[in-house]
Amino acid sequence: MKPRRVLAIARKEYLQIRRDPRSLGMAIAMPMLLLVLFGYALTLDVDRVPVVIWDQSESPASRELISRFAGSRYFSLKGYVRNYREVERGIDSGRTLMALVVPRDFAGQVGSGRPAAVQLIVDGSDSNTATIAIGYAEGVVQTYSREITLRATQGLGGRPLNPPVEMRPRVWFNADMESKNYIIPGLIPVIMMVIAALLTSLTIAREWERGTMEQLISTPVKGPELIFGKLVPYFVIGMFDVLLAVLMGEFVFHVPLRGSLLLLFVMAAIFLVGALSMGMVISIVAKNQLLANQLAMILTFVPAFILSGLVYAISVMPWPIRLVTYLVPARYFVALLKGIYLKGVGLNVLAGEAALLLVFAAAMVALANFQFRKKLG
Amino acid sequence: MINPQNNKAVVVKDLERRFGKFVAVNRVSFDVAKGEIFGFLGPNGAGKSTTIRMLCGILAPTSGSGTVAGFDVRTEAEKIKAHIGYMSQKFSLYEDLTVEENIDFYSGIYRIPPERKRERKEWVLEMAGLREHRHSPTSVLSGGWKQRLALGCAILHEPPVVFLDEPTSGVDPISRRQFWDLIYELAGRGVTIFVTTHYMDEAEYCDRIGLIYRGELIALGTPAKLKTELMQEDVLEVHCERPQEAMEQISNLRGIKEVALFGKGLHVVTEDGAATAKLLRAVLPEKGYAAPRVEPIAPSLEDVFVSLIEARDRAENNQPAVQA
Amino acid sequence: MAAIRMAGLTKSFGDLRAIDGLTLDVEEGEIFALVGPDGAGKTTTMRLLAAILDPTSGDAWVAGHHIVKEAEAAKEDIGYMSQRFGLYTDLTVIENIEFYADIYGVPRRGRQEKINRLLAFSNLTPFKQRLAGNLSGGMKQKLGLACALIHTPKVLFLDEPTNGVDPSSRRDFWRILYQLLRERVTIFVSTAYLDEAERANRIGLMDHGKLLAVGTPEEVKRLMRGTILEIRTAEARRATAVLRATLPPGSVSLFGDRVHVVTEDVQGAGDRVREALAGSGIETSELRPIEPTLEDVFVSVLGSSAAATSRT
Repeated sequence: MKPRRVLAIARKEYLQIRRDPRSLGMAIAMPMLLLVLFGYALTLDVDRVPVVIWDQSESPASRELISRFAGSRYFSLKGYVRNYREVERGIDSGRTLMALVVPRDFAGQVGSGRPAAVQLIVDGSDSNTATIAIGYAEGVVQTYSREITLRATQGLGGRPLNPPVEMRPRVWFNADMESKNYIIPGLIPVIMMVIAALLTSLTIAREWERGTMEQLISTPVKGPELIFGKLVPYFVIGMFDVLLAVLMGEFVFHVPLRGSLLLLFVMAAIFLVGALSMGMVISIVAKNQLLANQLAMILTFVPAFILSGLVYAISVMPWPIRLVTYLVPARYFVALLKGIYLKGVGLNVLAGEAALLLVFAAAMVALANFQFRKKLG
Repeated sequence: MINPQNNKAVVVKDLERRFGKFVAVNRVSFDVAKGEIFGFLGPNGAGKSTTIRMLCGILAPTSGSGTVAGFDVRTEAEKIKAHIGYMSQKFSLYEDLTVEENIDFYSGIYRIPPERKRERKEWVLEMAGLREHRHSPTSVLSGGWKQRLALGCAILHEPPVVFLDEPTSGVDPISRRQFWDLIYELAGRGVTIFVTTHYMDEAEYCDRIGLIYRGELIALGTPAKLKTELMQEDVLEVHCERPQEAMEQISNLRGIKEVALFGKGLHVVTEDGAATAKLLRAVLPEKGYAAPRVEPIAPSLEDVFVSLIEARDRAENNQPAVQA
Repeated sequence: MAAIRMAGLTKSFGDLRAIDGLTLDVEEGEIFALVGPDGAGKTTTMRLLAAILDPTSGDAWVAGHHIVKEAEAAKEDIGYMSQRFGLYTDLTVIENIEFYADIYGVPRRGRQEKINRLLAFSNLTPFKQRLAGNLSGGMKQKLGLACALIHTPKVLFLDEPTNGVDPSSRRDFWRILYQLLRERVTIFVSTAYLDEAERANRIGLMDHGKLLAVGTPEEVKRLMRGTILEIRTAEARRATAVLRATLPPGSVSLFGDRVHVVTEDVQGAGDRVREALAGSGIETSELRPIEPTLEDVFVSVLGSSAAATSRT
């Protein structure tokens, strides 16, 4: 391999990228956009659940309960209704997720110390959100009823009663259970996988399509020289994207970084080489920009998103799918980044993942070189 | 719509088309008589295709006017499309359909009345010599056959004007000759043929030709007129030994504008044919080219075009960029 | 040793034999033109010789290197210009040239002079900062040639370099080729223009993957069966119709204001032509035998090799 040829190819790619500011802009803006989009949309916390109220009681007691809901950060009051038809309409139209129905004799029952029932109607079509919302509602109602009991017993002059057993959960690594803290480190690999593969998926297919490859393969240039030369500028762009993502994690999402920044970048570099080479392989095989683009999108985004452990925990997947996840390079990088970001651990713990990432990168580089032919047809 | 100039099939006046700042066609004016074979020549990117597209009603002119078969290119584009035939270098046939299916498809497109369909189809098969191959897939036909079938499909609806955009590009010489026979036959029946080509020899087969260069029509007339009137210089044909070497010696002589290899001889373009002939007969043997034959000849169309194009280039002094 | 040697070179694509047993030697320092219509196999031949396509069978050597076994060595010694413009339209003229200079490993010493010389002789010096995509067709071809010549190749392959280029640029292009010959470069060029082929030292007429004839233009012209009589008349179209009715089928062709009649018997045919035209009241301004063009030869050779009109 002659360094001069690699350099010539790299320089040519650089000039071409520079002359195409739209694509370069895309390569830089896309990851930021995706990070913001997914960072906010993918958050698994449920808050500000829209709720409507049917207050049949219209009493100070019912209004107090309602004010608890209104005051909670988990709920957002969307108004009052007067019958079930309106409740149904609200849920059907998606204006509300939940309706609280306070019965007519609510005040009387509370006042007389008898158990009072309130009805909660929940849109169960998104069962995950519904379950969480019910949990919140139960919490609000329980707090409220405990206070009533407290007031009643104090009024009677007795001592406040404590529940006999209390669970005190303790969350490690992401103490405030903010999902963004593990979504963002998990998103970086997925986005980098897609962007990197897309970047390189066009580069060789474009040369075939435009007829420049026919000229190029008639010269003594070697396959590896061409492939490495093309990798260089895209690697620079990719690393810049990683830097941007890390900066956004720090300053936009305030995700705490506990581990080594150096380790993070070294791993990112290995991952990037693998992902870029994978795009190159796709480009070499497809020989057509449109096909290469679509292949790159399908082959990277779906597996990286679903099977990397970002959205669904790998440990709870059925075993055949779990085996498949070993073929998804993003899996190792997700594990690495989560480890570095949330647990602050180093290579002593993550060596396995790092090794597999290295295997992936090496395999892709080898495959790209193996697939590339300096022949037509 | 009645065309005031009844014997004209195509009338173009100050036709102009710009793409942004780039003037693709610059105030071009000409007309083509009914039944005439009009050759439209020029290098790639000179404005040939843009002009044809405007005449076919596919592209609106920026300014100027034109009529084709009596219809206005600005306001009656759809009528034009029904009254012309168009065939391009990229034969617009469906390779996976059979010969007959292609013809049927175009019958439908041109809305040939049902009672005429059969007759027109047989006519095309006959003309293209494809009777025995009506059920063959188009993909197996040779270039010449495809070209004749494409022409047949383009004139199924018996249009009075036919546009042929580099119809013979890359076809073997026998097919080219047969194709020109068809063109002559159509013209003989009063069909107007508007044809582009970059084969200079083919240009000579046309009744009249127009040469477009960088968007401007720089010559217009019969081949004979162009050769006698538009070429100010004289052309000498020189036969001698080692013509490639001699070429350089000759081009350094006084009064010589251009020397080009032409066949096995040289064409020498000069301001004064008689003087140069004398000079050559004297100089060449001195330099070791024994017994040269030097004769004044009528310039070929290629000589004329090169002379015109180079005169234009000299006038503009430098070559501007060409945009796609 | 021959600069290019082909021995039974064959290339099939599926059932189609694009190149069928080509055997041919091209000598060092010669311009050889491969002539034929689209689909004759010219481009496939070029690609095989440029070692970017492997033959199905047969062998070929270029500058002494076998095109399959020593493909990479061959590529050091050849310059190739594909039919489609193969350079980067988003790079400038000079960037394209420098790119290829690096790819071919042209030594730094003397490189600048070399680039300047190439720019000068292709008249591209004033345009060296222009994007290749904004060049005219003729200039693009010259840039392609400059890039193919940057490493001083021994053999140059040019696939239809003048297709669609204006006649003035075509002449320019050929002038450059002749200058190259003086440096003993072997030039193998393909063209669909038969008139252009006459400028080559030797030509090969190609059709359907086979060479129909090889030789100097004069030698090839001698293959012409019969003689061509040229008739000039103001009523050329009518004259053609009249002559076609009296003379053997296929022997009469119309070329604008001229009619050509191919015949073995010049005297007899001349008399019949005069008689037939006079009988129809057509005046002829000229009737004389002319030297055949390569196209006439091609038609003659093709016509005798098969029932050419009904080939599939």
